[in-house]
Amino acid sequence: MRATRQLIGLALALGLAVCPATGGDLRDLYFGEALYHAYQGQYFDALQRLDTELAQYHVLDEPQLDTLHYHINDAEFSVGDFELDYRMHQRAGRAIKAVLEGAVDEAVRNEAAFRLARIHFQKGQLDDALQALARIKGTVPEEIKGDLDFLRANVYIATGQSGEAVKVLVQLKSNQRLAGFVAYNLGIALLQDGRPQEAIEQLDRAGQMPASDPASIAIRDKSNLVLGTMLFESGNFERARQSLDRVHLEGPFSNQALLRAGWAEASAQQYDRALVPWNILVDREPTDAAVQEVILAVPHAYASLNLHGRAALLYGHALELFSNQIERVDASIRSIREGRFLNALIREESREDETWVIRLRNLPDAPETYYLMELMASHDFQTALHNYLDLEDLRSRLNAWKTSLDAFDDIIRLRGQNYEPLLPEVDAQFRELDSQIHIRVEQRKHLAERLQAMLTAPRPDYLATGEEQIAGERIARIEKRLGHSDDPQSLALRQRAARLRGALTWRLETQYNDRLTAAYVHLNELKAPLDALSQRYDAFVRTRQAATHSYVGYDVQIIRLRERVDDALQRVDMLIARQGHMIETVAVNQLEARRERLVAQQTEARFGVADSYDRAARAQSDAGGH
Amino acid sequence: MRGLDEQIQEIKSDSLRMSAELSQLEEKLLYPSGTQVAIFVELAKSDTMRLDAVRLQIDGQLVAHYIYSAKELQALRKGGVQRIYVGNVATGDHKLDVFVDGKLEGGADFSRTGQFTFRKEVKPKLVGLTLAGPRSGNTSITLGDW
Repeated sequence: MRATRQLIGLALALGLAVCPATGGDLRDLYFGEALYHAYQGQYFDALQRLDTELAQYHVLDEPQLDTLHYHINDAEFSVGDFELDYRMHQRAGRAIKAVLEGAVDEAVRNEAAFRLARIHFQKGQLDDALQALARIKGTVPEEIKGDLDFLRANVYIATGQSGEAVKVLVQLKSNQRLAGFVAYNLGIALLQDGRPQEAIEQLDRAGQMPASDPASIAIRDKSNLVLGTMLFESGNFERARQSLDRVHLEGPFSNQALLRAGWAEASAQQYDRALVPWNILVDREPTDAAVQEVILAVPHAYASLNLHGRAALLYGHALELFSNQIERVDASIRSIREGRFLNALIREESREDETWVIRLRNLPDAPETYYLMELMASHDFQTALHNYLDLEDLRSRLNAWKTSLDAFDDIIRLRGQNYEPLLPEVDAQFRELDSQIHIRVEQRKHLAERLQAMLTAPRPDYLATGEEQIAGERIARIEKRLGHSDDPQSLALRQRAARLRGALTWRLETQYNDRLTAAYVHLNELKAPLDALSQRYDAFVRTRQAATHSYVGYDVQIIRLRERVDDALQRVDMLIARQGHMIETVAVNQLEARRERLVAQQTEARFGVADSYDRAARAQSDAGGH
Repeated sequence: MRGLDEQIQEIKSDSLRMSAELSQLEEKLLYPSGTQVAIFVELAKSDTMRLDAVRLQIDGQLVAHYIYSAKELQALRKGGVQRIYVGNVATGDHKLDVFVDGKLEGGADFSRTGQFTFRKEVKPKLVGLTLAGPRSGNTSITLGDW
């Protein structure tokens, strides 16, 4: 059962790949930008963008008016996902917990609980995952129902509650999207629940399910591999072979399947049939453990078929290959100890796409990476390696920030040099203009107030034209000069002056309303130029403030940031050294274990050569004797 | 003593905080809100065209010329939005010319251009461009205001 157990362990998380959350049409560009980075695996940039957006959103007075409001739950959920993808387990889930504890409706709270449970499950915190799942009550959004049940079943399997898992998975069988994963996990749950016969039948069904996408094909292959291994271990070689034969020849499980299919035949003494899968496998990548095993298995099969000459030849080839592989492992270990392994891993161009590990292994001048694929099979190594790459990425960011801070200093200094001689003169001119503008604005205000007052207390004299005012003053002067004399001439002149005043007053009184209206029209006409003036004024004030803000008040912030960046760089350097050392140690230990195995296989091959030659010679002499 | 993994997570957190502060500082120094304009690019939903390059001109000046990698194109297809340009313009109306080069599903080349006007106010200006291939039935280049 040991081989079966090893295989089962890898399949639990399949189908639970975390995807950034998006719901409906995108309304917030910065959230879209965070997703753009996340979809490229640039989780640092995605997190930085989304953290900033969320921080700004949470201090808004009216967040419902912000475009992020439409995506706020997705955004909070995505932060948790990105943090997990960026291997920040401590922080992951913090934002989701905030949603969970906030005033949200039942469906959103349930989705948050589901996502939190998923994070706990991926972190291996199974009790916390169960607790989070227990919080789900009432309405569950339709689109997560299947994933929720699947997660629940996985948590049950991982916590040994296989019976419960079986119940959930049976209900989930009709889910088309998860069909392959459900079928496989149901088989595993039945097996763990002590129902091996039902498990075999279930895995048999899982291994024959229709599949078109790579993930479904992989899980179907895995079902067949696990089933084949189980049947092989129980001595049912024929059925084991049938199951292993169904594994896709190009998939990730094909090497193991070919190896085991051959052993299933060999165990049934069908060595000629065992050679069919083994001869396919023997030509594959020689660093693969299954390929190395089959290199010895093939001559063993020929020897069992009494073809000792051919067996001797192939044992000879195996001997040569193991010697070469031991040299390669030695070269790898040497190269790793010289620090070249880590250098190869951080080559920027090597990580452009998902096949970088394979391409690195094939570099002729990089022995340090020959066994990288095998090392990458270990989850701990992968996590350690990704953390190392993250630290390298941080180091280059921190160095770039240092350069940016220097550039900011330069910008600030140059702006200061430019503005400081100019601004006093600009300010003096502005003060003069400011007072003039102020006077005009006050004048208009005063006029407006007077006109307003004239609506209730009419003052026709205020609306006299310049000529009328002069005429009125002349009449007053004449009246003054005429005094109060009673001579007829003066009397006649006073009467004429009184008629003139009367005519003037008549004009002012009768035209008052028209003049008041005209005055209002003119006052309103003043509004447009004064508004334009006010806009220009505001624009100038903004520009003037911007000039100051462009170089004043940054010193303390830049000094502090530079200190923090320097401190972080020191810490990153120290952590890179420690993490690098750890990776090298793990890699060397694994390679040394591999070397030991290769040496054992080499010895076996050496013995096989001698034995086969011996048997071949004996067979020849027996044939000669006859 | 704290574990190595814990320390790595801590430095990641610190770096994220610093990065956010630096971005704000950069924005204040280089792209103050009074003059800031940011242009974003997204693909129309379910569009199958292969976007090769986008060029942008503001008031006749080339401000961005971006050539897309397969990874970036994939991110756009999944619904990501790329901030293609951040710069400064004066308040008022500005002309934006957009040139799009790409390939159709069958491999044929296509190019599209679009001419737009946007108005810069006192607050930062966000301009969103939605691009679509000629066969999608959508307008090739659409300008949206945020």
